[in-house]
Amino acid sequence: MTVPVPVLSLRDLTVDIPTRHGTLRPVDQVSWDIARGEILGVVGESGAGKSMTGNAVIGLLDPPAHISGGQVLLEGERIDDLPLAKMRRIRGKRIGMVFQDPLTSLNPLLTVGDQLTETILRHLDVDREEAAQRAIRGLDEVGIPSARNRMGAYPHEFSGGMRQRVVIALALCAEPTLLIADEPTTALDVSVQAQIIALLKRLCRERGMAAMLITHDMGVIAETADRVAVMYAGRLAEIGPVAQIVGQPRHPYTDGLMASTPAASAGQARLRQIPGAMPRLNALPDGCAFSPRCPRAQDRCRHDPRPRVGEADARAACWFPIEPEEDAA
Amino acid sequence: MLAFIIRRVFQSVIVLLAVGLVAFSMFRFVGDPIENLLGQERTVQDVERLRETLGLNDPFPVQYARFLGRAVQGDFGISYRQSRPVAQIIAERAPATLELAFVSGFLALTVGIGLGVFTAIRRDGWAANVIMSASLIGVSLPTFLIGILLIYVFGVQLRWLPTFGRGEVVQLGWWSTGFLTQSGLKSLILPAITLGLFQMTLIMRLVRSEMLEVLRQDYIRFARARGLAAKSVNFRHALKNTMVPVITVTGLQLGAIIAFAIITETVFQWPGVGLLFINAVQFVDIPVMAAYLMLISVMFVMINLLVDILYVWVDPRLRIDGRHA
Ligand SMILES: Nc1ncnc2c1ncn2[C@@H]1O[C@H](COP(=O)(O)OP(=O)(O)O)[C@@H](O)[C@H]1O
Ligand SMILES: [Mg+2]
Repeated sequence: MTVPVPVLSLRDLTVDIPTRHGTLRPVDQVSWDIARGEILGVVGESGAGKSMTGNAVIGLLDPPAHISGGQVLLEGERIDDLPLAKMRRIRGKRIGMVFQDPLTSLNPLLTVGDQLTETILRHLDVDREEAAQRAIRGLDEVGIPSARNRMGAYPHEFSGGMRQRVVIALALCAEPTLLIADEPTTALDVSVQAQIIALLKRLCRERGMAAMLITHDMGVIAETADRVAVMYAGRLAEIGPVAQIVGQPRHPYTDGLMASTPAASAGQARLRQIPGAMPRLNALPDGCAFSPRCPRAQDRCRHDPRPRVGEADARAACWFPIEPEEDAA
Repeated sequence: MLAFIIRRVFQSVIVLLAVGLVAFSMFRFVGDPIENLLGQERTVQDVERLRETLGLNDPFPVQYARFLGRAVQGDFGISYRQSRPVAQIIAERAPATLELAFVSGFLALTVGIGLGVFTAIRRDGWAANVIMSASLIGVSLPTFLIGILLIYVFGVQLRWLPTFGRGEVVQLGWWSTGFLTQSGLKSLILPAITLGLFQMTLIMRLVRSEMLEVLRQDYIRFARARGLAAKSVNFRHALKNTMVPVITVTGLQLGAIIAFAIITETVFQWPGVGLLFINAVQFVDIPVMAAYLMLISVMFVMINLLVDILYVWVDPRLRIDGRHA
């Protein structure tokens, strides 16, 4: 039996930002796999390096930020060292990306039909007529009512939720195998957030698409993700199946994160807040970056870097992880 | 949309009435028209008769209305110096200025936008840096100095190009054009560069800074994330979004080109309305000055109107009708 190749593999992916006051490392040796049809939720506080990781995968880091180490593999093929022209053929075609704010993601001066057909013509070998047909089908699929008539409409003629649907249609119109969604619902009304998440989930299932869903909404994660990666100060703190991350976290940071989230800690008497704040990139402590805030930290944590426990698909970067029996006690 | 245009036209008319008032006041208060028309030897009766025929005894508003009425019909009076209708003199001179302004404006716009886009996309390249530094010269050197420098280098030293006049012109009806002869075209080069250089650098710097701003926007990021070609991202998506501010400034600058033609025309002895105006000032030829003032303001007002209409054409968000959200 052959092991299926993951759609996305990160191998010790590292991103550096050289500045006048030294080099910052917003992404530090992050590794994970996402299989076909799997949704990986990526969580962490603001500034943890989630967006940087997503941008690094699609090759859209803003200079001077750059990949300084590790590899990005798309369906087994290395893409982090491709020349720009080749990378452009992968963006949109094999990796679709959705950004946070649908109000600013669409070009205000072009109709949604123009933006869709332009993208389709770029990646697929079809004529204008066929591209327009596909564009209409795409809008239809994401739930834009009377799609055919809305092809000539400009972005400002859509509501926020509808615009995010258009953005999703645009990201998926060339049928990519990987979708990266960077906080796709954060800028939306609460009332439409669930609809957009349900839409993303449905499209992933229908197309067997792998997805990297960046969010800080644990409710979204619990409902959508198959596995969850927790990031802290540019490093991967813990990764594992969603039930385990939510129910039996092993890393004290994950534990604290869950305890401070209403959706994940339903039933608990009150929310716990982790004391302190995430360290800035230019003032990272030695050893484990979480150690100054960690209730379980010991001497070793402050000196010995890169602990690792568990298997490839369920691991925590901690010297003294919470053991399952401990949790029950 | 229509209401918008009507409102703008209404505003324009008010501006023109105000300019008309200024022009008219020049007749009344700068020098005495009687002094200008009659020589030293005159009788009191002569003066009185002339005041009556010129309508100078009528109340101010009546005189103003009469002045405007004539101006609208293209009657700007008789030049004191040349004793010919001002309208006729201006019609003879206008083609020279308009052709010069057209060529400079065209140069400023195409080269300005082209270099602006280039320096924005190649932000850190050496060529972009050289162009940006050179553009400082264009912004800071006064027009007459640029003109004199060009004359010195290309006219006096290299002897490549003529340094004064329009060269040979061809008469097409009442319009005289320099576009159809070799000497006419050659004569255009130096004045056109002199006149357009400031506007060109201004447009270039504006396009560059707007481009840099637009290239940071989310929709450009999203266009890149969809793998669109660089050409499409830079021009179809980015450049188009810089157009609203660029149109404003360009419109005003085209007006300025015509207005500043005075200096260039003086330096190159270009026989246009600018040179006509300077000569008129020297001889206090009030009718010519007044007519020039009014024509320039009509031009500015029309350009402004055009700019407003172009906005709406470029940016669908400003089209109030056609909304179906
Ligand atoms: N141009 C930059 N210069 C310095 N630091 C930056 C720059 N851009 C981002 N960062 C830092 O990189 C870190 C990761 O940012 P990001 O990936 O956007 O976080 P997240 O998406 O998880 O909120 C943050 O700490 C941020 O301050
Ligand atoms: Mg982010």
